[in-house]
Order: sequence, then structure tokens, then C-alpha cells
Amino acid sequence: MYEKLVLVQEFISQPWPWWMGAVVIGSTVFILLYFDKEFGLSANLRIMCAADGAGDYADFFDFDWTKQGWNLMIALGALFGAYMAANYFGGDYQAHISQATVETLNEIAGSEALTYGNVPIVPGKDVVHAEVPEFWEIYSWKSLFTLRGLIIIVVGGFLIGFGARYAGGCTSGHAISGLADLQLPSLVAVMGFFIGGLIMTWLLLPHILRIGF
Amino acid sequence: MKSFKYIVVGFFFGFGMWKLEAISTFRIFEMFHFQSFHMYGIIISGVLTSLIITQLFRKGKIKTIKGIEKQFNDKDRTWPRYIIGGTIFGMGWALTGVCSGMMFVLLGAGYTVFVVFLASAMLGTFVYGLTRRWLPH
Repeated sequence: MYEKLVLVQEFISQPWPWWMGAVVIGSTVFILLYFDKEFGLSANLRIMCAADGAGDYADFFDFDWTKQGWNLMIALGALFGAYMAANYFGGDYQAHISQATVETLNEIAGSEALTYGNVPIVPGKDVVHAEVPEFWEIYSWKSLFTLRGLIIIVVGGFLIGFGARYAGGCTSGHAISGLADLQLPSLVAVMGFFIGGLIMTWLLLPHILRIGF
Repeated sequence: MKSFKYIVVGFFFGFGMWKLEAISTFRIFEMFHFQSFHMYGIIISGVLTSLIITQLFRKGKIKTIKGIEKQFNDKDRTWPRYIIGGTIFGMGWALTGVCSGMMFVLLGAGYTVFVVFLASAMLGTFVYGLTRRWLPH
């Protein structure tokens, strides 16, 4: 019995192919629609602001957030799911990115720190059971106290929170729920995501990553 | 117990996003460099499946648990907010390599520094709430 469980664990621990996205995202959307809800995770930021009393400062947060507690439960569930995936089904803890991407990343770092087939899934060694070169040690408290880490974590978070509400949704609300509902505004928002993403990745990120290195 | 099912949905979503490497900043970087199909495969296959499901609900072929048709709200057709807000969001997405759902995933995986990211994202949302009346929508 135990041996069979180990086999199941090993099976799940393999890297998942891209088409599993259809299963994961499709089933999430189906279940939420069935329970008369809509998938959109960034709404949780607004809910958490409202729950902290932000309604006293702006009407935008003056709504009955308790009716949207289900969305917070999704975020809470995602937290547990990630804990299980990262700690018990992590597999080789690699991001199986292309050779071309490895080369581009090494060019930015100015070193050969990453090699094809040996890239940590997340740039931070707290959880990943794989080697993380110093240059790519970003998701950590130590990194937060450097200018580079401060920009990536604090400014990045601010842009996500501000932009998601300004655009009225994020990757789940617009790129999944909105596009699936054939909403033209969502398509425009996704185009915006890509405009911003391309500007950041190509023009700004290489310079930000090199701060202090 | 009503909320338990949402925890289960979130559990599979968070689990899946980690295993699909959608939480990987390197995958996001690769996507914006058009160097692999992987992320596009996840998004396109996810959206196509969701599209079929959503349209079945829209046409009333599938009803909600209450036995009634799901009501959908059309999004406002005012464009500046989607372009400007979307661009700001996209910049944040590429900078940290994390979007608003994935911050919960990374926090759960054990990257505790993401409480700072989460607090910062809440601050961003709060500042939007304060300033929205002056912003072009």
C-alpha cells in the first residue's frame, strides 16, 4: 500500500505538461460558475482593504465584503495547495525553460550561473531543493533589504495591486473569466498586460536585476 | 462548511499552478521573450476550455446549483482604464514575475517575504481607491 502511494506521489511530482492548464483552469472556472460565482483573484485585495476598514477613507471600499468571503477561501485554499505541491510534490524543483531563455538570463547576470536543465523553479532558496545562484536569490528577506529586492518585491506588489483594480481585473479576472465570456474590454486589458510586460521585461528589468551586481 | 468547497477549489488551483510552473518568474520571463510555447499553452488551453464552459452557462445549457441561469454582467466599455491599468499591471507582473493569484501560491509554498508583497499590493489597491475619481477611466 505504502509503495503504491509513493508511486502516485512520484507520478504527480513530474513536471506537468502545458495542456494540464485546460484541466486546472477549466475545472476551477466550471465549479465557480456552477456555484454562481466568477473567477477573479485580485478582487481579494479590495476585499482585504475593505475588511481592514478602508471604507472609512474611500467609497470604493465601502461594500459588504463579508458576502465575498468565498473568494478569500479560494486564496486560502491556493495557499494550502501550494504548500503541498512545493513540499511533497516538488519533483526536481526546476523551471524547465528553453535553452534560449537560459542564455538570455545568463546574459543579464553576466555569468554562466544557470545551465539548461538546471534552473530553480523560483528565484529564492527558502523552499526550492535546488541550487540557486547568488544573483538569482531574490525572493528572500535578506534580498528585501537590498535596493534590487526592494524594487522587485515592494514596487512590483504596488503595481500589481494598483494596476489590477484600475483595469478592473487581473490575469484570472480578465485573461481567463473575461476572455471566456467574450468581453472585448478584457481583451483590451490583456493587451495592456502584454504592453506593460514587454516594456518591463525588455527595457527595464535587465537594469533592475543588475542593481548591486 | 459552506466555504469548504472553495478551499478545495483553491487547493487544486494553487497546487496546479505550482506544478505547471506558472508561478515561476523564469517562465514569465520566457513568455515575454516568446521563447517557449509553455505559458501560452496554459493560457490558451485554459481559456478555450473556459470559453466552452462559460458559453454553455450563458446559453442556459448548464444551470447553477440553484437551478437558475447564471447571470453575467457585461464590462463597461470605457477604454482608458483597461489600457492604462492593464499596462501598469503588466509591468508589475513582469517585474516580480508574479500576478495577484500567484502571490498566495508563493506565500503558501513558504516564501514568507511575500507578506510584504501582499501588503504592498493592498497598498496599491488602497491608493487606487483613494485616487480613482481623478484617474481617466
